[in-house]
Amino acid sequence: MKKVFPILALLTAIFLSYALYDALIVAPREQTMGDVQRIFYYHVPSAWTAFLLFFLNFLASLQYLVRRNPGTDKVANWLLITIAALSCVAAAVIGFVPSLKSALPESIQLSSIATTGPIIAGFYFLVRRLFSLEGVDALAVTTAEVGVVFCTVVLVTGPLWARPVWGIWWTWDVRLTSTLVLWLIYVSYLVLRRFSSSGQTPVLAAALAVFGALDVPLVYFSIWIFRTQHPQPVIGGGGSIDPRMLHVLLINWLAFLCFAGLVCWSRYRLELLKRQVEETQALEALLEPRSAVR
Amino acid sequence: MNFLYAAYAATWAIHIGYLITVARRYARLKREIDDMSRKDS
Repeated sequence: MKKVFPILALLTAIFLSYALYDALIVAPREQTMGDVQRIFYYHVPSAWTAFLLFFLNFLASLQYLVRRNPGTDKVANWLLITIAALSCVAAAVIGFVPSLKSALPESIQLSSIATTGPIIAGFYFLVRRLFSLEGVDALAVTTAEVGVVFCTVVLVTGPLWARPVWGIWWTWDVRLTSTLVLWLIYVSYLVLRRFSSSGQTPVLAAALAVFGALDVPLVYFSIWIFRTQHPQPVIGGGGSIDPRMLHVLLINWLAFLCFAGLVCWSRYRLELLKRQVEETQALEALLEPRSAVR
Repeated sequence: MNFLYAAYAATWAIHIGYLITVARRYARLKREIDDMSRKDS
């Protein structure tokens, strides 16, 4: 593993440089906004990466809560299987009933309804298979921390785009405000983990994360549900995009995903190592007074 | 153009800043491990 990491880091650095070149040089210049539109190639992939990390944090936190009790664990497994099946059945029913299909908003595709449940269940069982109980707790801390970093990038690059395009740095719009609230929720999660020394901290933090994750769909769907100043989504929404721009956007997202994966890997190892050291120090502290007595 | 460069620079400043904090935490942990192994020996 120690040999693989530097190679992957080098490949990711090359990929990020290529993605930067694509964003600055290859992508066509947007006609109305000009070059400032290129901020989009960093802003949107960072937002998607943050959402993915918060989703993983939600799954890890949920598993930390349910796996501590075998009964709850079994119920959660069956619930996830039911959600996956219901999602497919709902898509099939809507597809066969024209009145239901016409009532569906244009931006929501039947395929997205059919795949959402199985994707959530798939990720849930993948995390369950790959990580132990201690591992899911470490994964939750890791994804929350790296997710906050990506969400900070979103909150910084957004106003830098808004100032020349809208003429203002910030507006208390639903999309912007819910993103700020999301960032604050996960910052409070990290503060709780950092400064609370109680044995119940992982459980409290997991509960906070499960409820905090409810803000992620609110942020994502806010532009469909509410009237907002934020541009419409370019994929699966009301907006449209030049195919060359879409290509550059996806390249940048892939590069940022690789980068986030490496950072998470590194941070996860640090978290496990920190716990091992803390355990050893606690054991030594227990043994020291006895040796002093002797 | 200045806003574009500012956004890209800010993005990398945030990421590099975070990587530095992770590296510093690694270094501190490594020092603690070295101290512990020195005590043991």
